[in-house]
Amino acid sequence: MPELIAKPACEARPVTLAGAVLAPLDPGPIWSVALYPGGARAAARGLKALGLGFPEPGTWAAKGAARIFWTGREQAFVAGVAPVPVEGAAVTDQSDAWAGVSLSGPGAEAVLARLVALDLRAAAFPEGRVARVGLNHMSAMILRTGAEAFEIYTFRSMARTAWHELTEAMERLEARAGLKP
Amino acid sequence: MRVEGRGIVDRNKPLRFRFDGREYEGFRGDTLASALLANGVRLVGRSFKYHRPRGVLTAGSEEPNALVEVIGKSNQTPNVRATMQELFDGLEARSQNRLGSLRHDLLAVNDLVSPFLSAGFYYKTFMWPRAFWEKLYEPAIRRAAGLGRLSGRHDEGVYEKAHAFCDLLVIGAGPAGLMTALVAARSGADVILAEEQPLLGGRLVSDGGVIGGEPAAIWAAGVEAELRSLPNVRIMTRTTVTGAYDHGTYGALERVGLHKAARPNLPRECFWRIVAGRAILAAGALERPIAFPMNDRPGIMMAGAVRTYLNRFGVAAGRRVTLFANTDAARATARELMAAGVEVAAIIDPRPDASSLEDCPVHLGAEVVGSRGRHGLREITVRRGSDEFRVETDCLAMSGGWNPSLHLTCHMNGRPRWSEDLAAFVPMEGAVPGLAAVGAADGNLSTHGALASGKAGAEAALKALGRKVAQAALPAAEDAPYRIAALWSVAGKGRAWLDFANDVTTKDVKLAAQENYRSVEHMKRYTTQGMAPDQGKNSNVAALAVLADATGRSVPETGVTTFRPPYVPVSIAAMGAGGRGMGFAPQRFMTSDQASRDRGAPMIEAGLWYRPSYFPRPGETTWREACDREVLMVRDSVGVADVSTLGKIDIQGPDAARFLDLVYANTFSTLPVGRARYGLMLREDGMVLDDGTTARLAEDHFLMTTTTAAAGLVMRHLDFVHQAFCADWKLRFISVTEAWAQFAVAGPKARALLNSVLDAPVELPFMGVMPVALGGVEARLFRISFSGEEGYEIAVPSRYGEALFRDLLARAETMGGGPYGMEALNVLRIEKGFITHAEIHGRVTAFDIGMEKMVSAKKDCIGKAAAQRPGLNGAEREQLVGLKAAGPINAGAHLFRPGETVERANDQGYVTSVCWSPVLGAWLGMGFLLNGRARLGEHVRLVDHLRGIDILCEVCNPMFHDPEGGKLRA
Repeated sequence: MPELIAKPACEARPVTLAGAVLAPLDPGPIWSVALYPGGARAAARGLKALGLGFPEPGTWAAKGAARIFWTGREQAFVAGVAPVPVEGAAVTDQSDAWAGVSLSGPGAEAVLARLVALDLRAAAFPEGRVARVGLNHMSAMILRTGAEAFEIYTFRSMARTAWHELTEAMERLEARAGLKP
Repeated sequence: MRVEGRGIVDRNKPLRFRFDGREYEGFRGDTLASALLANGVRLVGRSFKYHRPRGVLTAGSEEPNALVEVIGKSNQTPNVRATMQELFDGLEARSQNRLGSLRHDLLAVNDLVSPFLSAGFYYKTFMWPRAFWEKLYEPAIRRAAGLGRLSGRHDEGVYEKAHAFCDLLVIGAGPAGLMTALVAARSGADVILAEEQPLLGGRLVSDGGVIGGEPAAIWAAGVEAELRSLPNVRIMTRTTVTGAYDHGTYGALERVGLHKAARPNLPRECFWRIVAGRAILAAGALERPIAFPMNDRPGIMMAGAVRTYLNRFGVAAGRRVTLFANTDAARATARELMAAGVEVAAIIDPRPDASSLEDCPVHLGAEVVGSRGRHGLREITVRRGSDEFRVETDCLAMSGGWNPSLHLTCHMNGRPRWSEDLAAFVPMEGAVPGLAAVGAADGNLSTHGALASGKAGAEAALKALGRKVAQAALPAAEDAPYRIAALWSVAGKGRAWLDFANDVTTKDVKLAAQENYRSVEHMKRYTTQGMAPDQGKNSNVAALAVLADATGRSVPETGVTTFRPPYVPVSIAAMGAGGRGMGFAPQRFMTSDQASRDRGAPMIEAGLWYRPSYFPRPGETTWREACDREVLMVRDSVGVADVSTLGKIDIQGPDAARFLDLVYANTFSTLPVGRARYGLMLREDGMVLDDGTTARLAEDHFLMTTTTAAAGLVMRHLDFVHQAFCADWKLRFISVTEAWAQFAVAGPKARALLNSVLDAPVELPFMGVMPVALGGVEARLFRISFSGEEGYEIAVPSRYGEALFRDLLARAETMGGGPYGMEALNVLRIEKGFITHAEIHGRVTAFDIGMEKMVSAKKDCIGKAAAQRPGLNGAEREQLVGLKAAGPINAGAHLFRPGETVERANDQGYVTSVCWSPVLGAWLGMGFLLNGRARLGEHVRLVDHLRGIDILCEVCNPMFHDPEGGKLRA
């Protein structure tokens, strides 16, 4: 019997440039919860076991290691904990489908401004917000996890492109920072 | 030449640069234009059409004459305005649009024949012979009349694009813009202050003056310091706002690294998309030339520019300057030149009632009517009443008044309003929602007017944003009235240029009117006035004033042409930043990618995916050898292929089966748990959308497989059907394509291979599905085949994909098998007669591919009704057939009856897929043939003119290999 070696979706050493740190992320298990018509109440009971509620559009919440974030109409992803029974909703394993990276530091917003057409200023996109949005040509989920911290999830197969484009944006910002005014 | 004690260039930082191969010196803070003028270089370019010698006209982005090529290590940028190119050490620039040297441009012959080259010349002259236009006239004209040249190589430069958001965008950082930004910033609004120049201050930098009792520069520096100290202000210098778009979106071009020699990773330019709650246009005003005869010589410049060169760059544009201006304000240029010790030979003022109190000769009621000097101005001719006299001068500073820079307010089709007082157009309020003009851009031409309107503009914008306005005192400043007597053109002998960039003269505009191009839009297109890189910034108002005069109308009656984005030229490279080469699209890699590359497999693009084409072995020299071996390997032992790119959609819910019955032509509600079924999906118009297998994992849980090509399309289709027709059904679906790595294991030894890796032996019927485990890892096993052999697909969570692929290959190789690539996969499926999107290309019905019986008679489905329309079923259709030939055949070839002439009318069908079959030892094809299923056994002629193929083929059942399916079910 083979013992299969697991590979992370994103394998790279953290990069620090232009006041931002880009690092691969291991979000643990991820599973989607998609409410059936009229299933909200039953699903809420299931999620309660994790101390979570179904999130409002564009938001995420956490309880201990468990996080839930909005990913679409009547759809949310739970991350960080193994699936629990949730009635009134379709639950699908998404753990291996996504590649996550964290981007943090005072330069993080400027890096994302190169790739994301969304207003990510703290006033418009504070901690606790999530968006499904384009990361240059890719579709992505972006969470603000702190005053200067974001998590970015793209398709696993696009992890290399996402990493490349983020580091490229960082390199350019670093070169800009080297300019005297 | 430099003037001691003037300007703010850093004289301790000398910089070397080259122009047309000669080395010069300038200072930090210079532009290429100021440094050339400082070195006494007046001739910097040749005009577009007549190749007239031209010099620097302005000091800003509106420059029509001083366009040069800037040469970098790896790129060459044409049409760079020397007035905007900041000097750096090692800058190399070259004049353009010349044949031979700049001083002796051979194409200057155009100027001698200029009487024949008037407006509409090409239209009238190059009418015939018709074929000559493309081959002779156009290339010759393009060579003669043109601008700079590209290097012909790819632009490897780094460009950037970015997004920004703010409450208030302030466009321009002159007195009005600074005041606006200050009030808004103090009030706590998020402010972006965009300034085209590297310095804040606008005309304060070049005009000086006093604000609030202190030098204007001190006031500006104080405001700048305060703005820079505030966290809610972003100052963007070297940034030109280029366009106003819907919903408060503005385009802006930042010259990030153009003022430096290229360095790694430093963007040359950045194209910004700025979304602002409100915007204030404080872009100032542009001075306009006067169209007097021979007004285009090097040395004839805008008065404001002469002033800028003196005060900002410490450069006197001439030794003996004359001023020709029709406003009081322009007199400052002459006074400041004299104060700096530069001789002013004369002031020529067309207004008879203007002041003559200056420290130099003043000629009132006079006009300049001519000029001399081949490569630079030597002398002007002045006419006062019936008197004509000459004045020796090497620089004429001219000013015909100022035009507010209102372009952005017209970008959404708004029209400006004519102001009689200013003899200029001013912005129409509300022309762009959320955008208001202040300062000179709104016609407030005094410093006080700029400050006051800036403050008021900020207050109005803040109010609209729902913010409280913080206190900001309005500092006292000059508030002299702007007195102007409009002067557009001066009559006299010789050509009077309106549009320097496109060589349009007053005569051209009059000719246009005479030939009945009387509408301003027609005149523009007939003469090309305003169509050059400066987009008529220097010439528009004067040109339409001349047109108004020629047609006997007033200026407002004549109207203006439309200002469109961009306000300044924007390089495509900046707008498309990041999109060149591999940046064009994201790359998708399978988990097996590295393992395939390690084996030397050439990867081919399949949509965004990269898939192995074939796996070469030592000694194999062509892809065909590898492909043939892989095909036989699968038929004889076992092959492994990564099929993870196929779309996988997880569908759950009590109504999932009902939903599948609706989207698939065939029935899925009857599918037992633990089985998969081939399904055919139709579009609403009845054509085939996609095919694939769907497995029933549990009573209300299905897993749909789509083709790689249509994965996104099918997902969208399902969303549409669900949302449009059955939103209340209890089902949900989500893509799991990325979650699973899936490998096809096919061949007589497939089961043996799988049994060696699975925790329990396989016992699965054809089209069976079961959960399995590999070393404790939960996986899914499907018994499906795209090769015609006993075939399985095993799916594991993606994290285990690479490990399983490598492991399967190693085991397969021990058994005489191995990996197979896309080429072999294609041959295997053609031998078996399985279709792909080469066949279901969007124009075929289920009938065409022989699957009409799959469209269930017992239920409705998407596309069913439309598929039953007349003309979609029957002998008149081109139907899927197999083709067999003794020699090479090609997809894309067309089919004809033997003996009939090869022409469109006799077309019988076409070929969609072909391969060399190593199993059958023949060329096989699939294609569509008129009434094909009734013609099995016939011979058809296959013709491909492009590749020179003309061969007879036998029409066959497309299922060449194992038509009974015994191997499949073994």
